[in-house]
Amino acid sequence: MSLLASLQEAIYLLVTRDPYVMDIIMVSLNVTGVALILSTLVGVPLGAFLGLTDFPGKPIVTALLYTGMGFPPVVIGLFTFLLLSSVGPLGHLGWLFSVKAMIMAQTIIAFPLVAGFTMAAVMAVDQNLIQQLKALGATRAQAAWAAIKEARIGVLVSIIAGFGGIISEVGAVMLVGGNIEGKTRVLTTAIVLETRKGNFGVAIVFGIILLAITFLANLAMLQLQERDLFAR
Amino acid sequence: MEKMITYQIKGLVKEYPGFTLKIDDLTLYRGEIFCLLGPSGAGKTTLLRILNFLEEPTAGEVYYGGVKYTKENFNPPLEIMREITTVFQRPALLKESVWNNIIYPLKIRGQKVDREEVMAIVEELSIAQLLHRPCTTLSGGEAQRVALARALVFKPRVILLDEPTANLDPNNIRIIEDMMTKYMEKKPTVVWITHNHFQAKRVGDRICLLEEGRVVEINDKENFFTNPSQKRTREFLAGEMFY
Repeated sequence: MSLLASLQEAIYLLVTRDPYVMDIIMVSLNVTGVALILSTLVGVPLGAFLGLTDFPGKPIVTALLYTGMGFPPVVIGLFTFLLLSSVGPLGHLGWLFSVKAMIMAQTIIAFPLVAGFTMAAVMAVDQNLIQQLKALGATRAQAAWAAIKEARIGVLVSIIAGFGGIISEVGAVMLVGGNIEGKTRVLTTAIVLETRKGNFGVAIVFGIILLAITFLANLAMLQLQERDLFAR
Repeated sequence: MEKMITYQIKGLVKEYPGFTLKIDDLTLYRGEIFCLLGPSGAGKTTLLRILNFLEEPTAGEVYYGGVKYTKENFNPPLEIMREITTVFQRPALLKESVWNNIIYPLKIRGQKVDREEVMAIVEELSIAQLLHRPCTTLSGGEAQRVALARALVFKPRVILLDEPTANLDPNNIRIIEDMMTKYMEKKPTVVWITHNHFQAKRVGDRICLLEEGRVVEINDKENFFTNPSQKRTREFLAGEMFY
């Protein structure tokens, strides 16, 4: 199939909202969305805690977090696979080759990114302000919350980083999800499959959609950032 | 009438590498402005941080409200912490509106905002026109007035002022001094660090001179400036000691 024909097919599939394409989009958004929410719920408080608290062993925890930020997703996929396999410690859950397994793997990939960038953002908050809040009667939790709000642009960047890390991820979701049509097939795994099959038109459609989702998500977050910047 | 004691300090020591603050005996009373004078590095800010329980001493005792606090238990209950506040030299404001900054202490206490009371402080400090402005756009004097308003809205019993008027123009200095004079009607304990002798004369009830972590002299205002008991104080006032 020529490139032009592939593009024509891509446009046709997009315009007709092909059920196969729509299903894959929905699974992708579901997996990435839930994983991003979970990693934000874990990563932001963890990053804020690390950014605001000194405790013995903090350098080790921080080093582990930074390692997690650079961990190859496919290796995380492998660990998740082993955890969820029938002989693994979480095998009894029966999650392997399901959306739940994919969400689990993507959460593990994203949360170090969210936590690490949040930590850096919170650490950059003026220490005088933290002291001042305590001197105004803030509890530790209230001061921490205020620090997160002060570092909101950085926290937003951490969530964008987490999103970027998982929306484009292919190795881990392929391993633990199995790329099952109508069940665990997402945009990235579908691109791999369709390219291998020579269905370049479909692969291009998925590529365009993936780019569009990433672009729109980042644009939305940028809007939030700019609103915040203009509010200053 | 007998003066009510707020703080008593006994044998206080705070050690840093190359510096030791040592205060053998100091009593602070309700309803007074206690001015701290002394050169940079004398230990004035360290003392303030200890009085606000933000920093624990190396040794010694701090009595607040009759309760003894030492290195071992230097974390008073939240309700005690919420009686004390500090206004720092460099105002540290939240990146929010002036109004949100001012009512922050009330919000964290879960208190209802009494708009009339807040506005009385706001008017006194001439910041009513700034209420909707983001704090990042304020001048130094405006920011310090906002910081003071925020410190006063919850009616603290102890106010620790760490050079609040340093680098401010005379008009801002006057507004802040007038506000504090008015707030003294509530009989708080105020510790006011200043490098300005004239300001200490204007606002202080008792004056303390600190030098190299030691108290040189504590005296009432009149005696401190007209008849100091220590030679070092006379030298300090004459500008011979440090300048």
